[in-house]
Amino acid sequence: MELDGLANSSGEWLKGSGPESDIVVSSRIRLARNLADFPFISRATEADRTEIERSLHGRVEELRASGEVPTSTFYINVEELEGIDRQFLVERQLISREHAESEGARAVLVDPDERFSVMINEEDHLRFQVMQSGLSLESAWELANRLDDLIEDKLTYAFSDKLGYLTACPTNVGTGLRVSVMLHLPALVITRQIEKVFRSLQKINLAVRGLYGEGSQAMGDFYQVSNQITLGQTEEELTKKVADVVPVLIDYERQAREFLVRESHETLHDRVSRAYGILRTAQTISSEETMHLLSSVRMGVNLGLIGELPIPTINKLFIHTQPAHLQKIAGSELESTERNIERASYLRRHLEIDKPGNPSKN
Amino acid sequence: MKCQRCERQATFHITDLIDGKPNELHLCEECAQTFLSPSEEEASEVLPAMAGLLAQHLAVGETADDLARLDQRCCPICGISFLEFRKQGRLGCPHDYVYFADELEPLLINIHDQSHHIGKVPKRCSQGADQQTQLIRLRREMKEAIATENYEEASKLRDQIREISGQVHQAGGSEGLSQ
Repeated sequence: MELDGLANSSGEWLKGSGPESDIVVSSRIRLARNLADFPFISRATEADRTEIERSLHGRVEELRASGEVPTSTFYINVEELEGIDRQFLVERQLISREHAESEGARAVLVDPDERFSVMINEEDHLRFQVMQSGLSLESAWELANRLDDLIEDKLTYAFSDKLGYLTACPTNVGTGLRVSVMLHLPALVITRQIEKVFRSLQKINLAVRGLYGEGSQAMGDFYQVSNQITLGQTEEELTKKVADVVPVLIDYERQAREFLVRESHETLHDRVSRAYGILRTAQTISSEETMHLLSSVRMGVNLGLIGELPIPTINKLFIHTQPAHLQKIAGSELESTERNIERASYLRRHLEIDKPGNPSKN
Repeated sequence: MKCQRCERQATFHITDLIDGKPNELHLCEECAQTFLSPSEEEASEVLPAMAGLLAQHLAVGETADDLARLDQRCCPICGISFLEFRKQGRLGCPHDYVYFADELEPLLINIHDQSHHIGKVPKRCSQGADQQTQLIRLRREMKEAIATENYEEASKLRDQIREISGQVHQAGGSEGLSQ
């Protein structure tokens, strides 16, 4: 099925190009929408959920038939998926954990290049998500806005003149817009300045989350910075507010990196080289350790301490070494111990230290 | 008034429900924050705890009686009670924003600093929105009628649903074609 194709590829947002992509991994826009004639998901009956999914699926099919949405998109029935496939979509950031773990009729429309996904029956009836590599929030907003217009052309959203788009949670009401950038900030973590940065972001109503959004730990020194407020400002203003703070964060991170290079070059070089060494030679390794070490290697490449490794390869390794990805790639279910062995083997293969004649395949 | 937990001035006046019984608390900002923050257990229960946490702020300045009365109010469309909203941090239907407007206003200002939308407006104006809201209520009532084996009522409701759906659909269709 379609997911197997995705398992061996990597999405648009991982390609490691775009402005400031050494620090800004990706830009994301999310829009929350609800249909006017159904209760929100928490009060929806199974029949309601089925009807919402049917109606939105119908609209998606019309748009595919007319070519307004690419026919190459996949419409995936999330309810029918195996647990591992749902987890795979979460690791790929195409659906949220909440969407994977909830129950009842639900689906996701996925662009094959992973430039966008549309979740149906998540916390809201519709969640549009647009992902781009590097810092390009404006073009991400344009695409999200266009997708929203296409769906809205034939369906009526819950909207009030005073409060804007009505959402299940009052924290999203108004624009329903979440603008976020994923940043790789290892030097601010090493120099222990990250907490200070977060506190100042919170003061200007920006939220900081980990790699997998709400409630997730910051893995591999990746942080998502996003707007907290969704009401009382235009989409452009909200986008600009996040876009404006990013150069400041980039500058802090660059200063911290320069400081490390200048003040403790050997320690930094040692840290990066050891991380690279372990990733290329380990025989068993956990997901957590992998993320941690890949983070050092990623910074090392960006600082020119490791020459030969392309950033897209590292970006891909962050995602492809996660549990569901490893199992999809291996083609079988693996226990935690087996996964750690498989992960180490996968890393060795992709960091090219295994020589021919070595028992591991590929 | 002094904070009940330290020596500072109490600036937060909170009504807490313990086993359904209201309990008045007077706290300084710091103690109020600690009090209102969910324990680790609660936090893992309700992931996006923020809405729930902020919903608790609503209690500020209300008497226990007011709060208890408010908690019992139910939206006539989807049937959610205010207490359920406070517990889960999620509303039940679009009409809740109308029905609980007075209670939500301070919450929205607390979250967003604003209470008026100035962003994108959908091209399709929700002129049929009232009817669409009624559809939510009618479907719920039909389900209840079926559950209590009141089939006569259920069949009446089904006819009403069909009639309104037809109108809403027609309105939508003509607008779609004119695009």
